[in-house]
Amino acid sequence: MALLRITSPHTQRAGRRTSWVMQMVILATIPGIVVQTWLFGWGTLINLMIACITALLSEAAILAVRRRAVGFFLKDYSALLTAVLLGVALPPVVPWWVTVTAVAFAIIFAKQLYGGLGNNPFNPAMVGYAIVLVSFPVPMSQWLGVQSMIPAGETLSFMQSLQAIFHHLPVIDSYTMATPLDGFKHKDLLDSQAAFSSIAALQGPSLNSWLWVNAAYLVGGLGLIWLRIITWHTPAALLGALLVMAGVFHLFDPSNTATPFFQLTTGAAMFGAFFIATDPVSSCTSNRGRLIYGAGIGILIYIIRSWGGYPDGVAFGVLLMNFSAPLIDYYTQPRTYGHKKAKTGLKVGEDN
Amino acid sequence: MQAAKLQTAQVFSFHGGIHPPENKTQSLQLPLGKPSLPNELILPLGQHIGQSSRPLVKVGDKVLKGETIAINNGFLSSFLHAPTSGTIAAIEERLIAHPSGLSDLCIILAPDGNETWTPLEPLDNWQDISKTDVLAYLSEMGIIGMGGAGFPTQVKLQGAHKNPLTHFIINAAECEPYITADDMLIREKTLELVLGIEILQHLVEADNIVIGIEDNKPTAIAALKAILSERNSQIQIAVVPTKYPSGGEKQLIQLLTGKEVPSGQYPADIGVLCQNVGTCVAVHDAITLGKPLISRFTTLTGDALKAPQNVEVLFGTPVAHLLEYADFEPKKLSRLIMGGPMMGYTLDSAAVPIVKTSNCILAASKKELPAPAPEQACIRCGMCEQACPASLLPQQLLWFSKSQEFEKAEHHNLFDCIECGACSYVCPSSIPLVQYYRHSKSSIREAREANVKSDLAKQRFEARKARQDAEAAEKEAKRLARQKASSNKATDKKKAAPEKAAPTAAAAPATTDESKKLKVDIAIGKSKLKKLQKQLLEAQENEHVEEINNLQLQVTDQEKAIASLEEQLAQMTSAAPDAPATNTAKASPAPVSDELKKAKVDVALIGVKLKKLQKQLVETPDDQELKDKVSAFETDLKAAQDTVSKLSESTQASTNTAAAEPKAAISDELKKLKIDAAIAKAAVKKVEKALKKAEEINAPEIEAIRQQLQEAQQRADELEKTLANPEAAAPKAAPVKAEPETNVDADAAKKRKIDLAIAKAGIKKAEKNIQLLKEQGKDEAEINASEWPSKLKEAQDKLAGLEKEQASEATAPSVATVTSAPIATANIDADAAKKRKIDLAIAKAGIKKAEKNIQLLKDQGKDESEIEASEWPKKLIEAQQKLAALEAEESTSATSVSTPVEKTAANSEAKVEPEMDLATQIKKEKIAVALAKAQINKLNKRLESSPEEADNIKQEIVATEQRLQSAETLLEKLIHSQTNMQENR
Repeated sequence: MALLRITSPHTQRAGRRTSWVMQMVILATIPGIVVQTWLFGWGTLINLMIACITALLSEAAILAVRRRAVGFFLKDYSALLTAVLLGVALPPVVPWWVTVTAVAFAIIFAKQLYGGLGNNPFNPAMVGYAIVLVSFPVPMSQWLGVQSMIPAGETLSFMQSLQAIFHHLPVIDSYTMATPLDGFKHKDLLDSQAAFSSIAALQGPSLNSWLWVNAAYLVGGLGLIWLRIITWHTPAALLGALLVMAGVFHLFDPSNTATPFFQLTTGAAMFGAFFIATDPVSSCTSNRGRLIYGAGIGILIYIIRSWGGYPDGVAFGVLLMNFSAPLIDYYTQPRTYGHKKAKTGLKVGEDN
Repeated sequence: MQAAKLQTAQVFSFHGGIHPPENKTQSLQLPLGKPSLPNELILPLGQHIGQSSRPLVKVGDKVLKGETIAINNGFLSSFLHAPTSGTIAAIEERLIAHPSGLSDLCIILAPDGNETWTPLEPLDNWQDISKTDVLAYLSEMGIIGMGGAGFPTQVKLQGAHKNPLTHFIINAAECEPYITADDMLIREKTLELVLGIEILQHLVEADNIVIGIEDNKPTAIAALKAILSERNSQIQIAVVPTKYPSGGEKQLIQLLTGKEVPSGQYPADIGVLCQNVGTCVAVHDAITLGKPLISRFTTLTGDALKAPQNVEVLFGTPVAHLLEYADFEPKKLSRLIMGGPMMGYTLDSAAVPIVKTSNCILAASKKELPAPAPEQACIRCGMCEQACPASLLPQQLLWFSKSQEFEKAEHHNLFDCIECGACSYVCPSSIPLVQYYRHSKSSIREAREANVKSDLAKQRFEARKARQDAEAAEKEAKRLARQKASSNKATDKKKAAPEKAAPTAAAAPATTDESKKLKVDIAIGKSKLKKLQKQLLEAQENEHVEEINNLQLQVTDQEKAIASLEEQLAQMTSAAPDAPATNTAKASPAPVSDELKKAKVDVALIGVKLKKLQKQLVETPDDQELKDKVSAFETDLKAAQDTVSKLSESTQASTNTAAAEPKAAISDELKKLKIDAAIAKAAVKKVEKALKKAEEINAPEIEAIRQQLQEAQQRADELEKTLANPEAAAPKAAPVKAEPETNVDADAAKKRKIDLAIAKAGIKKAEKNIQLLKEQGKDEAEINASEWPSKLKEAQDKLAGLEKEQASEATAPSVATVTSAPIATANIDADAAKKRKIDLAIAKAGIKKAEKNIQLLKDQGKDESEIEASEWPKKLIEAQQKLAALEAEESTSATSVSTPVEKTAANSEAKVEPEMDLATQIKKEKIAVALAKAQINKLNKRLESSPEEADNIKQEIVATEQRLQSAETLLEKLIHSQTNMQENR
């Protein structure tokens, strides 16, 4: 009798492996991808393909260089997830090399050079996004508009998208349009009301398109919570903080600020709340910590949107809070069973 | 009313928890099984927490069912009973069911198949007798916690009396998958369970009695409810939702009371007692039926068994026997687990026995419990945190465990982990988290133990040191006593030796008897003294002033008593050995030298003692007592040295009469004397050191110490003199044999050299001291007033004397032996020459020093006149003269050396001698010139530094220059004449 000798526990929850977690997150982005494709054409899907291929190749290459089991780690789907998150975050007609740069940097530098999955202090997708946002601001600000709002009056065809991404599409200007956030950012001296009535990007169809996108990601995120892959803490705190910030400032200065609803339904609010901020590796661990972490991101998003140099602030908000995650972790340990209060900080040598 | 209350026990919740597949139905398909008797029962002696039981039976003993075969071994231990009747086959090491997979001592029982019960004595009057007696009875029945830990029940019940109990919780949750033993027990023995609970309630008197049971046992719940309502019992049932690990003690307490057991404490500390249902039934069986704990319900389950079921099994039954009983398929078995899949441990072999805590045997197939998936990286998904029933941060703990940051892990409450395995169960990366925690915990425990050990070792070391110090102090005191006694003894003996010329041989045994007695008395006295000294030491350490005085008195009394006893003994013994000693003339030197030895040892001891005291004196210069002691010791030392010298004289005398042995004796004597002298000198040095220190701290006792120094030096001188005496005597005693004599002379020469060196060292020291005084800014007058300069002079005189002595010595032997052994003398002369050169060098060094000192005085800005007034210039001149003398001496000795070698060159001698003279003169003049030049230099320097004295200094410079010139002219002349002489030759 060759008996297996290991210590307890002897059983594991069947099926719920890391790869499953990653797959579920990827699947949860499908509503958003579908809506984006429907609204902005094939560019999103093409971007996704480029991003996935780049991610797999760079992951395989760096794993080979690091002498790790390539197959084993590729199968954890973490690289693919990074690629997907980046792919949907980048503008639909961004040149291919921007996508490749972002994904390769995310995989190689933001993730593998820190030791691979589980060891990266920063969200790889957002590191990649921030890099190309800072390096190539022009293509990164080139969003497509909804069909009914743009001069061309139609979405880009598949071939046009390919051409735009891999070569050059002369007529691209008739398809692009500022995003609502962009539009609001550059309202200049107009007050809110005037801006919403005059600026194209702030008209109904444009706002609605982004409402749809955010709703789709909200659905996906709620699915993740239902699957218990993420907890409600981070997204709720993020959206709550954004809502409160927007609400408070809108209350005091309604003529110059947008409504909380506008803030929550434009840009990457939902996508960031449910898919980016919840990246477990680079976020906080305890529930209390996640609340603080999420709230911090929400506040930073509002600050960057309102007073920063960029129309949206999800990437930088997340990265900034990634910095503080370990600190938050030290001060938000849960109260352990049998202890009167939670321990904070890292005072080594006190009573246990 | 009560029936209504019964149904409504409030149920709280706990954080985390998991819902693994229950897998409980398999083992509930069949009714309770009763396996047959196996061939042997293996009964480990350590089935419980705490000390292993002690076997009461021997191999071959016949035992009846229920008979005690092992009793408790201490408080936290238990009894063990024979599960069936039979014979003790062996008491040996067998594999036991333990996570370690190790063996332990087991009683092997071969059943006879009769199942003959020992007479049962139920405790019917349990309600009337004292509770302690009931607890003792439970202990004798071998009752321990059946839930898993195996904590002796009587100990747990005793602990429950710490605080008034609010809750008595009966744990029927059985949250682990697969296990149904408690479920089956409740179904089968519902009444026994309730009765057992009532007995325990009588013992602990809790406010509430709650049975906590998971809602996945409806049959058991129904049976319990039926019985409870029938009996109109105050016992409540709390049906808790099925969630692992609700059966954990802490979690069940939280579920039923809403309270948490504080970290590091026990449920009893918050007024809660938990007992497993199995324990309650066992208590019932023991008290109302008188049956000890010999069997239990165990679940046999797993895919590798065709007939999974619950069985009531006797302890000691091998697992293999049970597997056989449950139609086991060996091919399917991949993991054999004792306990459940969450917290059970794997078994290496099916040969291990069922023990009191074995609630389940899980024979799992590969499909059922697959091998763990390869570990992936932690993605900090937090699923473990959501599952942890202790509200820990498992992912952080993993991080710290992996990086061996144990302090951080402890800070994150690693030790509150109950190792339930929920985190590992939910981990998507298949990380065996609990294994990491176990490893970290054991590493931390190990480190803690090592810490404790090292602390203990440190304590032991310190205690040992203190003890050794105390012993050393004791020895010192003893030495003091002994030395007093023996110094008396020595003088007594000397008197006794000549007086008792012819004692009768018959007197000897009588005296030895008496001496024995005396010795015993002394021994007793000494032990008393030891005790007193110890007490004294303690008192001194604790600074009890009154006690110290009192004890000190006692100690001195005791010491006196011992001294007097020893005196008596000495008289006795001196009578005894002297009797035979007088018979032969040859033997006589032996005892005398013995005496001498003793006396010398005494001297040495006193010297050591003196040293110590002086040290103390340095540390506490104001202690008058110490000073007195020091002076007392010094007188002692003197006395002892006197005896030594007297004795050595007497040995010399004896050597004069006895011609045969003297040489050896003398050389021995010499050696000893030398040692003595060395010791005395060491003492001198010490005192000097002390003096220096005292000076440094400007202590008022400088004068006293100086006196001591003088005395010590005198002593050293005396010793040297005595040393010289026998040497002088020795050659006279044996004038015939030349060769050995030269040896003696050589020895003497060596010694003298040592003396010289020491004397020089003394001079150096004196000079240093003077130097020190000067540095301290003392006036020249003060310095002169102090005895240092005079001492210096004395020392220098002594040095000169010694040198002369040596010179004469060196010539004396050469004269004496020149005819018989010229080669030997030549050697000695060579030695002498060497020595002389050394002396010269030293003398020159002395001159240099004197010059330096003068220089120093000048640097300090002293007037020339002052310097002149100080003795330094004089001394310088003296030293220079001495140098000259030495050089002259050397030249003469050189000639004397050359004489034996060049016997024929008698006429050349005349030429050589003036030549040598010339050479020395030249040298001298050269030195003078150099000195004058140096003087001029110095003066020039001074001129620069103090222009107001310019006239004075200039005059001086002129004077010295003149001196220089005259010296140079003289030098020239001398060199000229020397060259002339050489040319003439």
